[in-house]
Amino acid sequence: MAENLVEVKNLKKCFNTSRGILHAVDGVSFNIEEGQTLGIVGESGCGKSTTGRAILRLIEPTSGEVYFKGRDVIKYNELELRKARKEMQIIFQDPFSSLDPRKTVSQIISEPIKIHNLIPNNKDRESRVLELMKTVGLADRLFNTYPHELDGGRRQRIGIARALSVNPKFIVCDEPVSALDVSIQAQILNLLKELQEKLNLTYMFITHDLSVVNHFSDHIAVMYLGKLVEKAPAEELFAHPMHPYTQALLSAIPVPDLGERKKRIILKGEVISPIDMPEECRFAKRCLYTCNTCTDHIPELREVTPNHFVACEFPLGVK
Amino acid sequence: MNDKNLVLNIENLVVHYETEYGTVKAVNGIDLKLEKKRSIGLVGETGAGKTTTALAILRLIPDPPGVIKSGLIMLDGESILKKNTKELEEIRGKDVSMIFQDPMTALNPVFTVGEQIAESILLHEDVSKSEANERAKEMLELAGIPGHRANDYPHQFSGGMKQRVVIAIALACHTKLLIADEPTTALDVTIQAQVLELMNNLKEKYQTSLLMITHDLGIVAEICDEVAVMYAGRIVEKGTLTDVFNKTKHPYTEGLFNSLPNINDRKAKLKPIPGLMPDPTNLPIGCSFSTRCTYATDICREKKPNPRWINDTHMVECFAYDDPAFHIMRREK
Repeated sequence: MAENLVEVKNLKKCFNTSRGILHAVDGVSFNIEEGQTLGIVGESGCGKSTTGRAILRLIEPTSGEVYFKGRDVIKYNELELRKARKEMQIIFQDPFSSLDPRKTVSQIISEPIKIHNLIPNNKDRESRVLELMKTVGLADRLFNTYPHELDGGRRQRIGIARALSVNPKFIVCDEPVSALDVSIQAQILNLLKELQEKLNLTYMFITHDLSVVNHFSDHIAVMYLGKLVEKAPAEELFAHPMHPYTQALLSAIPVPDLGERKKRIILKGEVISPIDMPEECRFAKRCLYTCNTCTDHIPELREVTPNHFVACEFPLGVK
Repeated sequence: MNDKNLVLNIENLVVHYETEYGTVKAVNGIDLKLEKKRSIGLVGETGAGKTTTALAILRLIPDPPGVIKSGLIMLDGESILKKNTKELEEIRGKDVSMIFQDPMTALNPVFTVGEQIAESILLHEDVSKSEANERAKEMLELAGIPGHRANDYPHQFSGGMKQRVVIAIALACHTKLLIADEPTTALDVTIQAQVLELMNNLKEKYQTSLLMITHDLGIVAEICDEVAVMYAGRIVEKGTLTDVFNKTKHPYTEGLFNSLPNINDRKAKLKPIPGLMPDPTNLPIGCSFSTRCTYATDICREKKPNPRWINDTHMVECFAYDDPAFHIMRREK
């Protein structure tokens, strides 16, 4: 078994709002092994992006520990953090707003190299940028174009090249394909997968699209209102979802196949407000199986079968 | 097919946007028929011309720069293109209504949702204000929102609830044709499932026909009877769900299916369509898909393919079927 590259322990991020404390990420723990992909799934507002950003300290977590190669990133001072960022990068969701419109493609891709002073020589840096552009499938002639001249798929490739420019080990992919059309989405997913194999990258893949995450991840963690509710190897999670929320989520995916119109589980109601939440299972109000135990306390994430963790007192399919 | 039974009949519709930078050929001669009580999915990627087609049916194409160059749009036997502004106002919301993608911007923030539903009823039916308000409440309840919330403003609702309100407005006057433009794209999956179920139920109840615009083939499989695949302003393949999903003919449709991650087989490799959609101001001379098509030959680059009917319902626009032995390669399941 490979070693854990990233270990997250009890990560929390709260925001103070005028209406009370918003628990965006509320005690999340997980590990990612080197060379693997952890998929984080959940609906809007469940805290998946906040988790990704808190790990890289793009937003400062309220509490918790994040170990990267065995050292706690949260304790790093600014200089150490900057050094660590060489190895931890992020690809953003929106390829339109995540690129500086006043910089050319080559300037965008070479910026991290300059910041970390990896290649001081201009000529060498230029050839490194060209090499990166080739790696992600951008033609040489786009070297001096601006992002607005390019379509979403190409822009996302720039974002990927920028993340790769510092030879990172770990990349947080925050919904990298959700702004793209299916045919382009498949191009980018294949590219990310090839790069992973070639460069032995470790990914944390944040998405709301379950078919994408299934295709892409080794392990999947499902989030609901700031908590992990289920975590398992991808195949296991799809074959035996144990949390009622995961089950409903899986059944809600429209499948482009006429053969299998399965019975949908239609959840009642909507996600409750993440501000000042009651001390009960966060899914209790929408769950089909709620009983008194569920409204009594917040269930802990526990290992029900080997490697399959679930935060539910009554996991489905378990006697 | 009996023309009398058609709620929508589009023939050879051409819509261009004439801009300073050139003519954007958004819709380039499409034919589309929809029978009463049926639903059709219009599928395609960004810029395929799906929304332009929908706006043309409602005569809502922004003019300038948009121009309906030619074609025929018959709504329940009457030509939409011959109507004047006043007649159009009567048709919109009564005979045909539209649900837009973004429920956040589709509602007026300074009126209560009840008022917004009642407005549509008051405009089209001879009822008193209090009757209209009563009806508005009923519609809200049908859409799964408690009637007393009729006095709330849009910002007091979540995204899924707003989309329910929009659906209530669209169906308040028992419209004959409902056009839904990516109605669930802005919503989460579990909420999407709720909204799709609601649309399905109300469609049955009011016997409304549905034109569903989406990029998601899964949604089409879920609620449509027929499907039309658009690419660069043309319908390249259409037919019943079985025709298009199980006997896929067009290389572009094949590409769409092969690009989707298969939820039942996580090891299957994605086969993306190479390249990008052509610039609509500068479409290829031949088949628009020829620049990305792996089967393209010389004739594809020189001439536009004509519709070819495989059976009574299944149409494909592709030269490759000149060779009777030709077949495409769907990814193995």
